[in-house]
Amino acid sequence: MNIYEMTLAQLIAAREEKELKPEEILAAFAERTAAVEDKVASFVDIIPDFASKEDQENGILQGIPVALKANMATRELTTSCASKMLAEYKTPYESTVASKIKKEGGAIVAKTNMDEFAMGSTTEHSALQTTKNPWNLNHVPGGSSGGAAAAVAAGEVPCALGSDTGGSIRQPASFCGVVGLKPTYGVVSRYGLVAFASSLDQIGPIARTVEDAALMLNIISGHDEKDSTSAAMEYPDYRQGLDKDLAGLTFGLPGSYLEMDIDEEVKSKVQKAVREIKEAGAEVKEIELPPVDLALAAYYIIATAEASSNLARYDGVRYGAREEAGNVMEMFAKTRSKNLGPEVKRRIMLGTYALSAGYQDELYKKALKVRTIIKDKYAQVFEEVDLILGPNSPTPAFKLGEDKNPLDVYYADIFTVPVNISGFPALSLPAGFTEQGLPLSVQLIGPAFGEVKLLQAARGLEKRLAVPTLATLDQGR
Amino acid sequence: MVMSNKYEVVIGLEVHVQLLTESKLFCGCSAEYGAEPNAHTCPVCLGLPGTLPVLNKEALRYALLAARAADCKINKFCKFDRKNYFYPDLPKGYQISQYDLPLGYDGRITIESETGTKDIGLTRIHLEEDAGKLVHQGTVGDSDHSYVDYNRGGVPLIEIVSEPDIRSPQEARAYLKALKQLILYLGISDCNMEEGSLRCDANVSLRPVGEEKFGTKTEVKNMNSFRAVERALAYEVERQREVLNSQGEVVQETRTWDEGKQKTLSMRGKEEAEDYRYFPEPDLMPLQISQDYIDEIDASLPELPLEKKERLQQEYDLPAYDAGVLTQDKEVAKLFEEAVGQDQDPKEVSNWLMGEYLRLIKEENIDPGTSELTGEKLASLLELIDSGTISSNIAKEVFAETFNSGKDPEEIVEERGLKQISDEDELGEIIAEIVADNPGAVEDIRNGKDKAIGFLVGQVMKKTKGKANPQLANQLIREEIAEE
Repeated sequence: MNIYEMTLAQLIAAREEKELKPEEILAAFAERTAAVEDKVASFVDIIPDFASKEDQENGILQGIPVALKANMATRELTTSCASKMLAEYKTPYESTVASKIKKEGGAIVAKTNMDEFAMGSTTEHSALQTTKNPWNLNHVPGGSSGGAAAAVAAGEVPCALGSDTGGSIRQPASFCGVVGLKPTYGVVSRYGLVAFASSLDQIGPIARTVEDAALMLNIISGHDEKDSTSAAMEYPDYRQGLDKDLAGLTFGLPGSYLEMDIDEEVKSKVQKAVREIKEAGAEVKEIELPPVDLALAAYYIIATAEASSNLARYDGVRYGAREEAGNVMEMFAKTRSKNLGPEVKRRIMLGTYALSAGYQDELYKKALKVRTIIKDKYAQVFEEVDLILGPNSPTPAFKLGEDKNPLDVYYADIFTVPVNISGFPALSLPAGFTEQGLPLSVQLIGPAFGEVKLLQAARGLEKRLAVPTLATLDQGR
Repeated sequence: MVMSNKYEVVIGLEVHVQLLTESKLFCGCSAEYGAEPNAHTCPVCLGLPGTLPVLNKEALRYALLAARAADCKINKFCKFDRKNYFYPDLPKGYQISQYDLPLGYDGRITIESETGTKDIGLTRIHLEEDAGKLVHQGTVGDSDHSYVDYNRGGVPLIEIVSEPDIRSPQEARAYLKALKQLILYLGISDCNMEEGSLRCDANVSLRPVGEEKFGTKTEVKNMNSFRAVERALAYEVERQREVLNSQGEVVQETRTWDEGKQKTLSMRGKEEAEDYRYFPEPDLMPLQISQDYIDEIDASLPELPLEKKERLQQEYDLPAYDAGVLTQDKEVAKLFEEAVGQDQDPKEVSNWLMGEYLRLIKEENIDPGTSELTGEKLASLLELIDSGTISSNIAKEVFAETFNSGKDPEEIVEERGLKQISDEDELGEIIAEIVADNPGAVEDIRNGKDKAIGFLVGQVMKKTKGKANPQLANQLIREEIAEE
């Protein structure tokens, strides 16, 4: 087996058994990256010659290359958010997740491409480059953490961190056929994550196996005094349930989701998962979840409202791009007009509108009420079931460059956004391929802070589905 | 008909007070005033991408102290909100403030007006962060570039909003004075208007006497001293009165006080007013303030100005005027009680503090409490007067030196030989000389012009540099003349 084909857990074991040296691991991934990066284009910034990176601490990740989405602050690499606004920008400080990875000896070797400021579902809204789906280079990797998912699927790194505001970890993980976990809001510190929508954003791992995701979560989770929304609690070992299998668990299945107008192959993978779960001796219960369009509407109001405020700081005064103008207000306008992309502007305008006097009650405040209702409803469902099983992305990966109506693209988030609205953890698990060979997935959702059980269930199902997670980098059939 | 009496003045004040915490409201940077530009900044207060605010609990405590001292009720569940607007001194493009659930509400400040005391209601007190400061090259209008100093950005402020209970510019000034006094007593700000640690905006309107509905108001900004507030409001009241008297309508707008022209000038109209798009700050958890914590705050409140005044009046049998002057500043009241505690006569101590002490404070332009005088030293000075060791004139000299150097009065008297000359032999010689040198005055005295004795005593004092015991000198002069 090639070193780059090994999972994170396998690499760590081999290094601990002295079968592999840290530098051998790094060299293997550097070589793989050199071989495939031209095709995939996952990375927007990379440490040149990272095989010789020597400044790592002793720790569980020693010798392991890790890639971070380009919206997480690191001193050495740009934190561009794939925007012209911050194209060359390096922060003078490090995000909490970056510090934690370094502390465990991990080598942060690259920053991954994304939709500008994490707004999009294809990574085509990157102002810097176009990332391709490693399973079929004519397709998109999904988004917004498209670069991170593509890099893991292509074997450029064994694991990466993405951020998920409305599905931005899970949907690209689904498109690229890898595991993507959005932890409960508050489990991973957001300090150093460039904010899109603060009350929804959460960092999580993208990896090739459930075990690898659990391993990464062990490293990046924890209370952080620098993030007031970070959960102050005892953090468990997220690997503790991985061997327990499915028996004894109760899964909720929102039957109405499968009656919706979504891709038949997506539906069939959910049904297949249901069969596997039952065969394993676990229970599947029909449940009812709040209407998805309600959650989607609330999401697009709350997320854009927060974004309109979060992105106000890019005004050309202190850092990033600045356009010269006759006075300061013109400078603001010109800088923002020229350096923010169309999708970002669209959302800033939507959010500004939703918060404006006269509209705020009808839009933003109503959306907050809907959010509470959805949260309560999910909490009720979790009184009866351990986990929820359902579709993730309603379709497999789109073709690159497809002309899409923004509303249709927003609609692709229907199954992922309710989880951000409620704050609950959810995981995208590879479930097979379409006839054309594009990856498909199912989504597992757990109750608040229920990551241990969520990972246990995902691992149980992963074993039974046995789906390969390393892309061949063919042009497709 | 006298037109000027038919309107009632309605004023409400919005006061911003910078809190004297060591660090800023949401980061660990120093909140100290006067450092090199941008020396007190970090990724958080510069609003760098990805940074998050963390509440400074000391600032919250300070704000609660202010709220409770002003009799506010506390919103036990309150939160921070974002106030969104673009300006170069605002690093995040929004200010973290409080909107619909302020920390404190429904309070009051008692002021002294011409008609006795009066309560001015407080609508709210809330906590927020300050913005940075722009330094213009030349004036704002013709400057082709400006510098931004973010040292002030993120320093904690409380905003104190009064009810429209103020009825005259004089009352507005009295309100500010009372508010400043209260805050200085709490020790949570230095309330320095020149340095901007206390800022005041005013809402002003007029309404016909007896009318309940408010008239159209204007907001007046840019007043940089208590005097400026009083003058700007007086100007604005007259301006509105003239508009109304000439059958015009007051336009709702923001006006700026031009100190040079001594006028308020229109800044922007209502339609240019910004929509701040307030919404709850998602980066901070809502605040849960327990009753226990509020009780703790209450218990830690110092004696407040009015309480102190009443107590001094009763406990030391002081006139209301004295008690008022002494409690103007808590440091003066402290000196008073310290000195009285050394077994001194309260009224005598009060006289010295109201007279010499406050005169020197004003002359030196320093804050009370920052001089070297202590209550104990004042007491020992009074001892020296009481025992006849020094005269009260000499005492003033000694007082000034203690005030400046902190030296013990007894030591000063000793060192400079200021002891009163009460020795009859020593004084007798001097008097013999004076009497010999002033035959005219002696003649006058013999002719019954007693006033001339005063002249001779004056000569004795001059000769002894004020050290002679005046009563003794008087007596000895009479004896000397009688003997001749």
